[in-house]
Amino acid sequence: MPMNPTRKRRLTIVLSILAAAVVAAVLVVLALQNNMNYLLTPSQVQSGEAASYKTFRLGGMVKAGSIQRSSDSLKVTFTVVDAGGAMPVEYTGILPDLFRDNQSVIATGHMDNARFVATEVLAKHDETYMPKELKDAMAKAHADKPGIEKAGNRE
Amino acid sequence: MTPELGQLALILALLLALAQSILPLVGAWRGNRALMAVARPAAAGQAVFVAMAFGILAWAFLRFDFSVQYVADNSNLALPWYYRIAAVWGAHEGSLLLWILILNVWTIALAALSQKLPEVFASRVIAVMGLIAVGFLAFIIFTSNPFGRLLPMPGDGADLNPVLQDPGMTFHPPMLYMGYVGFSVAFAFSIAALLGGELEQAWVRWARPWTNMAWAFLTCGIVAGSWWAYAELGWGGWWFWDPVENASFMPWLVGAALIHAQAVTEKRGSLRAWTILLSIFAFSLSLLGTFLVRSGVLTSVHAFASDPRRGVFILAFLTIVVGGSLLLYALRAPKVLGGKAFNVVSRETVLLIGNLMFAVAAAMVLLGTLFPLIGDALNLGRISVGPPYFGFLFPLLMAPVVLLMPFGPFLRWGKGDAPVLKGLLLRVVVAALACAIVAAFLVDGNLKAIVGVAAGVWVVVGVLLYALKRWREAPRGRRYPGEMAGMLLAHLGVGIFVIGVLLSESLSVTRDVRMAPGETQHIGSYDFRFDGVHHTTGPNWTADQGTVTVTRGEKQIAVMHPQKRTYPRGQVQTESAVDAGVTRDLYVALGEPMDANNLEGAWALRLYTKPFIRWIWGGGLLMMLGGVVCATDKRFRLKRAAKAEGVVDAGATLQVGESRA
Repeated sequence: MPMNPTRKRRLTIVLSILAAAVVAAVLVVLALQNNMNYLLTPSQVQSGEAASYKTFRLGGMVKAGSIQRSSDSLKVTFTVVDAGGAMPVEYTGILPDLFRDNQSVIATGHMDNARFVATEVLAKHDETYMPKELKDAMAKAHADKPGIEKAGNRE
Repeated sequence: MTPELGQLALILALLLALAQSILPLVGAWRGNRALMAVARPAAAGQAVFVAMAFGILAWAFLRFDFSVQYVADNSNLALPWYYRIAAVWGAHEGSLLLWILILNVWTIALAALSQKLPEVFASRVIAVMGLIAVGFLAFIIFTSNPFGRLLPMPGDGADLNPVLQDPGMTFHPPMLYMGYVGFSVAFAFSIAALLGGELEQAWVRWARPWTNMAWAFLTCGIVAGSWWAYAELGWGGWWFWDPVENASFMPWLVGAALIHAQAVTEKRGSLRAWTILLSIFAFSLSLLGTFLVRSGVLTSVHAFASDPRRGVFILAFLTIVVGGSLLLYALRAPKVLGGKAFNVVSRETVLLIGNLMFAVAAAMVLLGTLFPLIGDALNLGRISVGPPYFGFLFPLLMAPVVLLMPFGPFLRWGKGDAPVLKGLLLRVVVAALACAIVAAFLVDGNLKAIVGVAAGVWVVVGVLLYALKRWREAPRGRRYPGEMAGMLLAHLGVGIFVIGVLLSESLSVTRDVRMAPGETQHIGSYDFRFDGVHHTTGPNWTADQGTVTVTRGEKQIAVMHPQKRTYPRGQVQTESAVDAGVTRDLYVALGEPMDANNLEGAWALRLYTKPFIRWIWGGGLLMMLGGVVCATDKRFRLKRAAKAEGVVDAGATLQVGESRA
């Protein structure tokens, strides 16, 4: 069938859209696979769930009295706990404003023997623009159950 | 004025919004002019009552009426008056009230300026605006009443979230909402066109400045938000791919596509269905953005548990808006098709590619942003998608846009000629290469920085060459009409932005250090000397304020005062100190004291040098300016006047548009 200009134009457009869509889809899937961060609680890590992830996010509460600062560097160690577990964490750098005892935190990093080495520590309230509901939800979580993410332990 | 009056005003506004939407729609359907004529007065009435409600809430804040729950939650006696005004939109309920107020501002402007449009079409447009208002007013009245009482009345209120107590944050939400809500105009146009089954090019021309203004406001809001995050959060970053940032960025991307698609539809009549689809998406994403940020749904899907009605309402509202308009689109879009054919080498093709890239980028951001919800729904565990996902895909998707940008303006509509492109390509490549080589020596071969310079120069040279061509070829006084000047400014902004992003990302130096008073750190050619911390107070905070003196060689560059503020309820907030410059920012944030009992001793400090970071916001502001300038084009206004005499020779106006473009 001879191609008239309109048909040819449409075909070109459709084909280029298809090609672009395929490339985009492949890249998106690859990027997603590489950048999915799982949030685990100390008890999940201790039951071996972290074994398959190189880096992951550790979420829980800072155990009261566990914060130890080094006297000559920015190194700080603390313990993150949830209802059923505890995990020592090591971090070098400046901690967020709201970091303190009994604060819920999320640390990104990897396991080094039995210790979690964090490259980033977020206090939960440090979200860029904190919606009020979140604050309320957090306050509630503090009040009735330790550990921030109920969803994390639900199975 | 009692708060209950505010609630009453909202209920009356809802009734008027119902009248504004239903009656004109019925009128347009049955051809009843009397019903259609209800649209404008009803809109005016609604605006009066919404403004009244907003005023009453603001008044309650100004006179510390803590018997209102919302006021008690978000202000206290020590909060300065300007932040009490900003507190009106500092949380969920009030920000929805701001949203509906701004919707009314746009509706009034639309009602006043649409006199020249055909009556049936104009009344449908205003009716659709009314429908949106119905949804929001119902949401406020039934789930998020800002006027709820708190009895007994407390002696003092809580506080406005300290991160919001900043001038940047005062203007950020209204600007952002002006943008979000502004897209409702394009949306209303599209729905009205679908309802009527026809879309005249003249109407698209009339709609264009509205879209441009909305996009400009959105750009301004995003720039303000980015600047605020940089100055306020103490992380020195300007963009974090945080869900709330993404929420405003998705409508921006689709809006950028829409601006260009509208140009094609207006001038050539093609891409009509695509333009309509984009306006539906731009507004739907604006709605999604509003709800994502304010509902907390993203941080946890369980956030709704505290008030399930809100979640259900939002889902229902989004479903009706998105589902309903897409259904209408599916039924009616074939009716509005049309337009001139175009070649593969043509301005349309380039604009279409740009459009697709913007749309795909928006979809990519949407996927990454909503992925935690998807993961939660599929029981995959608590997943978040890290910034590298966006950081990898976004530049990849935008690279074609940046590469094609110089060529778009040089191509003709319908059929472009290749030889012109070759000459242009040669010049742009030479300029970009030359600058890249020079830059390579200055940045010590940092590849990302070199790419940044090359890409930026690529775009800027393309813009300058086109400006030069217009200067040579067009008669004096008609060289740069608003539309063209706006396009040149916005594209120039993209070039500046690209340079800013890539140079600051690649050349910034960040150092977290422990410093005792008197100690000095060297970053590049700058010496940062820490002179200790002392105590200071503000209107409603106390702070530990550090002093850092920056010198370069013998010359003192800046004395900086980063603070660690404590607000009445014990919230701690870092105030970074920034010494701004065209080619570099110096940035100091105070960490924590190394020994909590000895504040005069050593502290943790975060020191940065950030080359060219200001170019990022400079580029953003140029884009915003471009949108505004474009909207002022006389052509958009002239045609409105011409509409009075019926549809005046559309062919002739088209040619004018083409010969200029």
